Amino acid sequence: MSDTPYVPSSKFGKWFNDRLPLLTLSAHLQDYPTPKNLNYWWTFGGILTFCLVTQIVTGLVLAMHYVAHADLAFDSIEHIMRDVNYGWLLRYIHSNGASMFFLAVYIHIFRALFYGSYKSPREVIWIIGMLIYILMMATAFMGYVLPWGQMSFWGATVITNLFSAIPFVGEGITTWLWGGYSVDNPTLTRFFSLHYLFPFIILGLVILHIWALHVPGNNNPIGIDIKKPSKDTVPFHPYITIKDLFALLIFIIIFSGFIFFSPNVMGHPDNYIQANPLITPTHIVPEWYLLPFYAILRSVPDKLGGVILLFASIFILLALPWLDKSKVRSAVFRPIYRIFFWVLIIDVLALGYVGAMPAEGLYLLIARVGTAYYFLHFLVILPFLSRVEKTDPLPLSISEPVFGGMPKPAMMKSDKKNKNE
Amino acid sequence: MDKLEKKTNRRDFLFTASYTVGAVGIGAVIWPFVDQMNPDRSVKALATTEVDISQIEPGKSITVLWRGKPVFIKRRTESEILEAQKVNLNELPHPEKDEERVKKSEWLVMLGVCTHLGCVPLADKGEYKGWFCPCHGSHYDTSGRIRKGPAPTNMEIPKYEFVNNNTIKIG
Amino acid sequence: MSKINLRFFLTLLFLFSITSSNAAEKVKLLSPDWSFKGITGKFDRASLQRGYQVYNEVCASCHSMRLLSYRNLGEKGGPEFTEDEVKNIAASFEVTDGPDSQGEMFTRPGRPSDRFVSIYPNVEAAAAANGGAYPPDMSVLVKSRKGGADYIYSVLMGYEDPPANIKLDEGVYYNKYMEGKKIKMSQPLMEGIVTYSDGTNATEEQMAKDVTAFLTWAAEPHLEARHKMGFKVIIFLIILTVLVYFSMKRIWSRVDTEV
Repeated sequence: MSDTPYVPSSKFGKWFNDRLPLLTLSAHLQDYPTPKNLNYWWTFGGILTFCLVTQIVTGLVLAMHYVAHADLAFDSIEHIMRDVNYGWLLRYIHSNGASMFFLAVYIHIFRALFYGSYKSPREVIWIIGMLIYILMMATAFMGYVLPWGQMSFWGATVITNLFSAIPFVGEGITTWLWGGYSVDNPTLTRFFSLHYLFPFIILGLVILHIWALHVPGNNNPIGIDIKKPSKDTVPFHPYITIKDLFALLIFIIIFSGFIFFSPNVMGHPDNYIQANPLITPTHIVPEWYLLPFYAILRSVPDKLGGVILLFASIFILLALPWLDKSKVRSAVFRPIYRIFFWVLIIDVLALGYVGAMPAEGLYLLIARVGTAYYFLHFLVILPFLSRVEKTDPLPLSISEPVFGGMPKPAMMKSDKKNKNE
Repeated sequence: MDKLEKKTNRRDFLFTASYTVGAVGIGAVIWPFVDQMNPDRSVKALATTEVDISQIEPGKSITVLWRGKPVFIKRRTESEILEAQKVNLNELPHPEKDEERVKKSEWLVMLGVCTHLGCVPLADKGEYKGWFCPCHGSHYDTSGRIRKGPAPTNMEIPKYEFVNNNTIKIG
Repeated sequence: MSKINLRFFLTLLFLFSITSSNAAEKVKLLSPDWSFKGITGKFDRASLQRGYQVYNEVCASCHSMRLLSYRNLGEKGGPEFTEDEVKNIAASFEVTDGPDSQGEMFTRPGRPSDRFVSIYPNVEAAAAANGGAYPPDMSVLVKSRKGGADYIYSVLMGYEDPPANIKLDEGVYYNKYMEGKKIKMSQPLMEGIVTYSDGTNATEEQMAKDVTAFLTWAAEPHLEARHKMGFKVIIFLIILTVLVYFSMKRIWSRVDTEV
């Protein structure tokens, strides 16, 4: 992407690089021109990479001690907590790490929503990101089953039963998923196997996600296309690396606060009771990061309808680049979209809140309104808004905040021309 | 000029300090990941085993499991003891007196692991009436000393003690 | 941009406040001044040792603690009984071992490496002996109940005569902190039911406090190590963050953009 192709200085380096251009790759990653006005919301990409690596590494060592068997899983977790050297530390990093991972991914997603990072030419980045998010949910769900506590067991029962809503083949699918007639040992062992596999698929997708990012380059807070490299950009290293590192350290401090001082606050006490197929806990809730979807599921009185809505609420995000057609990316210059963005955040938080509450009375009403609004936002408000919204004038570049004063579509075209030069 | 130099020095110090502190942190993080593979508390707690030996007849031996390995406890007959004691040390690949290998000459307590590649030797076999390793043909005598074959050293003696006349504590 | 950040944090704050206010509803639990609360919290050794005595003499007649071993009683961060005390405690229990060379199971005195001996051979036997209500295993009891140590303590202290409008079946007791206010366990702690070997006056409150501290340790045996390490880790991270912050400022001073 830089102007002159990279040539290694040493003879061996050149020899090796001609055969496998790792050095070119590393030079590209270092020099990669990055908009200099990226704010701290942009540091979550690096933070998420850290989260993924942390989960993989801690998971790897936990798997050395964990026993995936319905009779032994619960005890083996306690063995890790009590006897294995630093086992409690590794397990608390892993279990809280899942929550921190989702916290970071939600900030990352909402950053993309605010600054329009999913828009052309970054649709593929967005779609890969959404696939990662879906796989993350699957991985986290299966991971939560592994301790074989009451929440593990009943969470697995409830979620796998979602598939029984499918007409005709539903029963067959759930039986196939379980490897039996209920959640039992075969279910646990296959979940363990997949829980081990999925993070590596995620890792592969993350590489594609970054690759797809490096083709058009980063979006930025004002959302305009910029020349690269130029006065508007800085090399990734050391400018962005050090900034990402600083943000990461702040993140790790908060993470450590959870690990060391309230490691169970994100979990559920019932999961410290071994799974019992005869007794359902009085109040089943998924992990906090799945609560909005849980609320959507329960807001529909019909079993199949709820499941369809649940999956629709996730898959609708894949279509987002084609639902929001506004040429202006950043919400900074979209006064009306900005308001709806915050309404969506409140809507999702409210859904998360009622997802943790019993599905009755006022809570159910809020869940229904929230669900309706969620779909309204994506299916009606966004397409409509992109046609009628009068956006603010965009600056010409990052360095010179001079407003073009032209109508936006022309603006965008001229930007695109610049890029094609 | 002076000012500029000072500035660079301070910058160098700042970066060096960051790198150093960061490296210390990474080192500290790596340790738990390494140490988790060491024997855990429950394994260490099993490091001693007490064995009742009152039922063993002279000439017979029992095998007990200690730290996942077999331990041979043999009550030797007079002739076996004599044979073990009279051996000329110069003939041995790994010279050790029988007296050094036992606490009471009647009782031989040793790790039943061939020092060649870790197989378990068979009792009362081989050319020296002691043990014979079926894997690669090492012959041990009645004191568990290597006499013939590829094994480099005598079979190991674990740490043990007689709690009383009927009980041995291994480990 | 800072306006946006502020709004985001306010929304988060709002979320936290509603979730926490929800957690605070229902009956307010009793909360004595636990020594293990807070970021530098530690267990009181004497209290843990007394707590073990209460567990052993009172609770253990119904409740198992199958995940603990006698050796744990001597480990750092716990009651820290001496090695000999641990051996004596372990030896005071009959452990079923075997099979021996004849294929028979046999009993022998316990060793520190043995798990706590349960009074019932299995869950069914425990339930059958207690009117159908299984006395839960106490190994991770504190972590498996909302409210944790406060909840356990409150239940122990929450026995009262039932109000006139509540009718109790045979073998059911009134406890104001229990869910549904009914409990199948009779009041376990009465003044003087235990004679503390260290001479502490065994009031109901004292015993409840000691045994709850003991159960908290049992559920989270590395709590002290965790607090200690956490304190060091956070101090270290703050130092590193400050260094990195100034390094970042320095690096970014080469361009005209603020970080």
